[in-house]
Amino acid sequence: MAVAAGLIGCFAVMRRMALAGDALSHVALPGIGLALALHVHPVFGAAAMLFFGALLVWEIEDRSHVATETIIGVIFSVALAIGSMITSGENLIEALFGSADVLSWPEVLFGLIGAGAVIVFVLIQKNALVVALVSRDIARTTGVDLRRLNLIYLQMFALTVALGLRYLGVLLMGSLIIIPAATAKHLSRNLNQMLTLAAVFAMAATAAGSSLALWLHRETGPLIVATSTIGFLITVLFTTSTHLRGFLRR
Amino acid sequence: MASKVDGEAVDNVLEVSDLGVRFGRSQIFKDLSFSVRRGTSLAIVGPNGSGKTMLFRALLGAVPVGGTFRWAPGVRIGYVPQKLDIARDVPITGFDFLRARASLARASQDLIAQSLASVGLSPEIAAEAIGKLSGGQFQRLLVAFALICAPNVLLMDEPTAGVDEPGRRYLTELVHRLQHEKGLTVLQISHDLAEVCRCATTVLCLGREHIRIGPPREVLTPDLLQKIYGAPVAFQVSEI
Repeated sequence: MAVAAGLIGCFAVMRRMALAGDALSHVALPGIGLALALHVHPVFGAAAMLFFGALLVWEIEDRSHVATETIIGVIFSVALAIGSMITSGENLIEALFGSADVLSWPEVLFGLIGAGAVIVFVLIQKNALVVALVSRDIARTTGVDLRRLNLIYLQMFALTVALGLRYLGVLLMGSLIIIPAATAKHLSRNLNQMLTLAAVFAMAATAAGSSLALWLHRETGPLIVATSTIGFLITVLFTTSTHLRGFLRR
Repeated sequence: MASKVDGEAVDNVLEVSDLGVRFGRSQIFKDLSFSVRRGTSLAIVGPNGSGKTMLFRALLGAVPVGGTFRWAPGVRIGYVPQKLDIARDVPITGFDFLRARASLARASQDLIAQSLASVGLSPEIAAEAIGKLSGGQFQRLLVAFALICAPNVLLMDEPTAGVDEPGRRYLTELVHRLQHEKGLTVLQISHDLAEVCRCATTVLCLGREHIRIGPPREVLTPDLLQKIYGAPVAFQVSEI
């Protein structure tokens, strides 16, 4: 899950959809509430809602040319409001912030297949994503189907959010996608470095945050995000001080 | 595509008929009809806002159009857009960008070195993040990208914008050489009327109210240019 988050996050950050991507994760909340009400595993309810939300974003963006960020902002607000109404108590807290409970077999299987699909997508489509990032018109001349690529990207993003909801919850899963990628972007000199570092940072933050959560008997989501953020701040301070020392030497 | 002009068969790589583009309530241009013969160069000139870039985007299928256009079968388009706004901190290097193109076309990665050499970009420059390249370096990279998969048609939107004078001459001569050696068809948007007059086979003058197409010396007359640009336009053609 962490590797998938790191990889998909690289393109979210480079496509400047960091805030929008974070907001998209909140769309899962009504799906979780409905799943609990229908006695279905919440992960599947969340995944279904996320896929629907991503499809809605893609469809509205394609038809109306309204910016992705605006559409996601509207949809996430509605989703958060509806989800808060139909989910309550401890279920709501767990849905929002995650927990460190042992995974069930369906969750393990979903996690492995889902993460595999996201990783394969990024590795196979990274060339098309790179070209589309630089110029959509240039991408057209290379035969890239931009509509299809954008739809699949949004669905893979939604799948990545669904994979991590158990540990980080609806409010914080977007952060695991964005923060390791932002940290990696800061340190990388080329695309492969960024993809590798983002995956490593995401795994490290998940492992460290989950361990802390077990030790302190707290929710996992906030501790994973805090660990990830500390990593980001350290790299910022390191690169800033390197630049400052270089500047002072002149 | 074979068609006949004055009873003679001609090989057109592009045929445009009554093409029009609307942006919201604004009609960018309409009733545009022309054809481009294989191996020739069409220069597109006109004032800012007359729809030159929009014409290219229409021919690439990026915007909805009225009317029709047809590319000949087997056309491979290399497109060099106008200046792009790239974030400075995106860690995509010139090599990443060119590798992506070669991979998408399932072409050999060896073509990258050839492509860089043809535009005079060193491997050291190509290893830099594209956001950190100068305007001229990035334009050369875009030309290298367009050339990687051996296009037979080049669409170039002010390819020398932001390039210094030696670089501008280098790129201009490169395109001419490729056109003659490989029989490329070139469609180029340009503000350099002297260069257009010297090098283009045909000129399309795109103005808000007037559209004319024909050989440079017939079309780039002071009277027509005044109508197209809305102000007197003078230029000098050197024979160098």
